[in-house]
Amino acid sequence: MSLNIVTLINALPGAFAQGLIWGIMAIGVYITFRILDIADLTVDGSLCTGGAVCIMMMLNGQNVWVSLLVATLAGMLTGLVTGFFHTFMGIPAILAGILTQLSLWSVNLKIMGKANQAINVDKYDLLVSLRFVKNVAFYKNTLFVVALFILVVVLVLYWFFGTELGSSIRATGCNGNMARAQGINTDFNKVLGLMISNGLVALSGALLSQYQGFADINMGRGAIVIGLAAVIIGEALFKKLFHNFGFKLLGIAIGSILYYLVYQTVIWLGVDTDLLKLLSALVVAVFLGLPHLKSKYFSKPVRRGGNQDA
Amino acid sequence: MLEIRDIYKTFNAGTQNEKRALNGVSLTLNDGDFVTVIGGNGAGKSTTLNAIAGVWPVDSGNILIDGVDITKLSEFKRAKYLGRVFQDPMTGTAATMSILENMAIAARRGKSRGLRWGVTKEEKELYMEMLRKVDLGLEDRLTSKVGLLSGGQRQALTLIMATIQKPQLLLLDEHTAALDPKTAKKVLALTDEVIAEHKLTAIMITHNMKDAIQYGNRLVMMHEGKIIYDVAGEEKKNLKVADLLVKFEQASGGEFANDRMMLS
Repeated sequence: MSLNIVTLINALPGAFAQGLIWGIMAIGVYITFRILDIADLTVDGSLCTGGAVCIMMMLNGQNVWVSLLVATLAGMLTGLVTGFFHTFMGIPAILAGILTQLSLWSVNLKIMGKANQAINVDKYDLLVSLRFVKNVAFYKNTLFVVALFILVVVLVLYWFFGTELGSSIRATGCNGNMARAQGINTDFNKVLGLMISNGLVALSGALLSQYQGFADINMGRGAIVIGLAAVIIGEALFKKLFHNFGFKLLGIAIGSILYYLVYQTVIWLGVDTDLLKLLSALVVAVFLGLPHLKSKYFSKPVRRGGNQDA
Repeated sequence: MLEIRDIYKTFNAGTQNEKRALNGVSLTLNDGDFVTVIGGNGAGKSTTLNAIAGVWPVDSGNILIDGVDITKLSEFKRAKYLGRVFQDPMTGTAATMSILENMAIAARRGKSRGLRWGVTKEEKELYMEMLRKVDLGLEDRLTSKVGLLSGGQRQALTLIMATIQKPQLLLLDEHTAALDPKTAKKVLALTDEVIAEHKLTAIMITHNMKDAIQYGNRLVMMHEGKIIYDVAGEEKKNLKVADLLVKFEQASGGEFANDRMMLS
């Protein structure tokens, strides 16, 4: 088998577009994983919820923008459920997410009526699509449209996490004891953070299902791993460069794009596609484990306690 | 000001690890009281403070601040009455946020947090001034992450944060115990200054009997979840460490030879 570089180059814009769409999802994961310090597994379900709601609404004649909005709201609802399990019922966050994710399997099937719902790009006015990646006006180009989405999302989040409420969410994730001592309702903030995160994930799912032309019950499987991979890549590459919160979020989106470019290249290299999820998981495991391994086996002796004069 | 009426708290009730931590604690503080609390390990000092702060609900009894019954209020709701500094320097501040952001969060204790910008320009000036006064070199590091500060600096910052909004009651839970002696002394002096300046009502737990005598206008000794000695005014001023040891021995039946109190 010969490697044809033209095939790869032709595939790259598509990979780029997918990376951008998943970038919105990765930003959602960043909010729970890094800001709230919760590994939220709801996303594997809420991504599909977003896609299912969006496609079903459009098939029923709704406007694409309304569909996207409702899909986002549906995603926020899934975050609310996980948040309720976690805070009100005291279930560990990771389990709460798994419970919601499992229940969403049924919910998503009920929304779609079957496991897969296709939407025809010629009959419906889609915002993004596989077809809009090449040979279209730039403002219709999926790359441009999704990049714009990301820009708006980043700007809104940058503003929000700079407000009093947003700051209190950051404090909640960083140090719950401190937050409560300062009068912050940490339970409420966790629920709110989970809602925002899953809203973004569902928005990403809604765009993704338009892009690929269908919503599928399996579309969210392993989404959390892709989200984490994007977060890790983005952070690793831009740690020194980006200190501003907004740029950090952009870095995550870029991380997602790189993930899909590498993914596409690996496929092009002829690696068995059945193995891709295994590879993704292993790569993420290694990177998540690095800080621990580093401190355990490669730590340099440092003076503990830092600067002693208070 | 603060009124604690006969509170009880048992941890792990009904299990082998059952521990009766508070055994009918009653304490009334007047405005401006600065009470030091001493007692051996497991005497219920920190438990009392946590009960006031609402870390968990008490089994029975009532806690009132300025006549308001806060017994049933959740931890974050009571925060509007309370300033708190913890034993562990990591607990009182958010490490990944800047000094400025930490102070701005503390300044909004007890207020609703909306969509206004988290830190205003005027605040920045104000906080810089406050930090300059305590002279820890923090005023030039407003945008530094708190995680980069030393333990002593973090405790001093937590103390300032606890008093940006004047609290009805300041709770100090052995807040110098994790610091080296020199730093502990500095933070303690700062504590005394801050309490005097804002005329705060405060409860300070300490393992150091000399500090307990030197600071504050009132001293309380706890043992096995009860207050066994409560002294104020001239009598407190004239106390000696030896007196306290005798008191303690009487109460505990001389079983405290290994206790940490001996060390101080």
